[in-house]
Amino acid sequence: MSTLELESVDTSKLEVLDEIAIEISQMNKWFGTFHVLRDINLTVNQGERIVICGPSGSGKSTLIRCINRLEEHQAGSIIVDGTELSSDLKNVDKVRSEVGMVFQHFNLFPHLTILENCTLAPIWVRKVPKKEALERAMHFLEKVKIPEQANKYPGQLSGGQQQRVAIARSLCMMPRIMLFDEPTSALDPEMIKEVLDTMIELAEEGMTMLVVTHEMGFAQAVANRVIFMADGQIVEQNEPKEFFNNPQSERTQQFLSQIIGH
Amino acid sequence: MSDLSYVRTELLPEQDPPLSEVGVIGWLRANLFSGWFNSILTFVSLVLIYLLLAAILPWLWSPTWNAGSLAECREIIAELGKEHGGACYGVIRERWPQLLFGFYPDAERWRPIVTLIGLFVALAPVLFTDLFPRKMLWFSGAFLFAAPWLMWGGSIWTPVLVAAGLVIGAGAYRLLVPRVGNLAAVIAAVVAPLLWWFLFVGPVSSVLAPVIPLGLEVVESRLFGGFMLSVWIGVVSIAISLVLGVLLALGRQSDLLIVKYLSVGFIEFIRGVPLITLLFVASTLLNIFLPPGTNFDIILRVMIMATLFASAYIAEVIRGGLAALPRGQYEAADALGLDYWKAQRLIILPQALKISIPGIVSTFIGLFKDTTLVSIIGLLDPIGLTGSIRADANWNGIVWELYGFIALLFFLSCFAMSRYSMWLERKLRTDHK
Repeated sequence: MSTLELESVDTSKLEVLDEIAIEISQMNKWFGTFHVLRDINLTVNQGERIVICGPSGSGKSTLIRCINRLEEHQAGSIIVDGTELSSDLKNVDKVRSEVGMVFQHFNLFPHLTILENCTLAPIWVRKVPKKEALERAMHFLEKVKIPEQANKYPGQLSGGQQQRVAIARSLCMMPRIMLFDEPTSALDPEMIKEVLDTMIELAEEGMTMLVVTHEMGFAQAVANRVIFMADGQIVEQNEPKEFFNNPQSERTQQFLSQIIGH
Repeated sequence: MSDLSYVRTELLPEQDPPLSEVGVIGWLRANLFSGWFNSILTFVSLVLIYLLLAAILPWLWSPTWNAGSLAECREIIAELGKEHGGACYGVIRERWPQLLFGFYPDAERWRPIVTLIGLFVALAPVLFTDLFPRKMLWFSGAFLFAAPWLMWGGSIWTPVLVAAGLVIGAGAYRLLVPRVGNLAAVIAAVVAPLLWWFLFVGPVSSVLAPVIPLGLEVVESRLFGGFMLSVWIGVVSIAISLVLGVLLALGRQSDLLIVKYLSVGFIEFIRGVPLITLLFVASTLLNIFLPPGTNFDIILRVMIMATLFASAYIAEVIRGGLAALPRGQYEAADALGLDYWKAQRLIILPQALKISIPGIVSTFIGLFKDTTLVSIIGLLDPIGLTGSIRADANWNGIVWELYGFIALLFFLSCFAMSRYSMWLERKLRTDHK
């Protein structure tokens, strides 16, 4: 298990609301003939912090990519904040502007400065006045603790800094939900902590988060639910303590013994 | 403690590199004399360069500027007693106005000059975005319509009405977007100006011309010639083919099946045909297919063919740039809620075009040099003019000086383009590796 010493979490701040943020029911997806997601049912409330783990190829990334329609599902329904994802592009745009996403490889825009990366979408999608967008960008860059890099280009930053910029860029759109697709997998060990600390702060502010990660320390510190996926299905989900101490299914036990056993 | 154990107690200070590695000596050693074989090669090369220059420079240095014919040149050279002979520059002095302007009327030659100056002013804010105010782009836009009018002349109403076509297109789009949706509005915005240009500009212009008779004397295309003609065809084709090339490249990558296959078909067809064939189509075949009596300007026809030809190549170059972008860039743009055109304009194309700069500029340089092919269909570009100059009894037998001068003009233009592209690449580099 990860031995990182993460920021201590004030659990009293972590509360889950009754309001439903995401509702996925009987969702199925195929890549060609390959059945990658099978009968997924998942309801996420506002303020929930969900960690999704599982062996590679289990469909966990595909699942969260379906939530902002980077991937299209073929059967079942996904309702995000009251908007159903369908082929109607207006709905897709609405959902995308409310759901932030952080990628494994950061995907910052290399031809723009850090500040421009952060202000682009608010200005062009949300029609925020330029001055306000700049203030907002600086606010979130301070939050992820790199305001001094604002005028540099992504190529000049370390991986950890780039990932924190990517988080700030998403936050500038004022999303209600944040998706993290293996945000620390491409980082050097020294940089994982700075990114996880940023994510923990975000959780403390009540952000609804779905995180695909193998950082079990993070799951134990902030998640209120851990979902284990294998072969395109949700195999087991539980509170972190129960999940790690008392896994029920054989697949889960096997998986946990592999990542923790050493 | 075992033998493997080692702990450094003090850190080593930084030291200067050895003298043989820095300065002039270091540079010479590294680049010219790194070993006996390379030293011999360096020496042999220096001798060869000396022999070459010893042969060429005396020929170039030849005071024949004022000679009125090749015979006079030979006299001057014979008096000087040059054994290798010398260049005869008299032909360039006598004929350079023709090499630059062709048979463009003397009294009107200020117009291409003004156009050229206007071109530089119009290009400045486009090529050097940081150095010139953005407001100058208004001039660039107006120049698009003013330049053909300056070159060909005619009523001022024609360029004004042509420009009005764009306003009509934009108006049609604004008006229709809320009613019939984006795609239909775009189609209307393309069709409406075309209808306007082909059906209304001519008649309306001839109605307005007598009312406010403002215009320049018409200069017919057959009088165009010289380097001016090359630049005129080259610049127009380059400007339009870049826009067309971007659209074709996007079309080729499009999810819309018909758009995609139309783009692929166009690109593959145009690339599969030699430019000279297209030029022959422009000069002869089009006349056969067009209704009798249509007077479709020959330079315009050539420009269209050259533009289509270059745009197919540009499209492929840009497609390479698009393919080089990681998928993550598209995904990040999508995830932030940018729609297709915004994502293309703000994220994808700036990067793809940056990657494609060397290829794009190569294509442009190639296109510019290919404008000399118009001499084959009888247009009097510099190469086309050499025939008549060499047929002149005074200059019969002259070769090197004339072609050398034309080559120099082309070289300077192409070298400038090449340098600009390198400067632009450096300026746009943000990876700082």
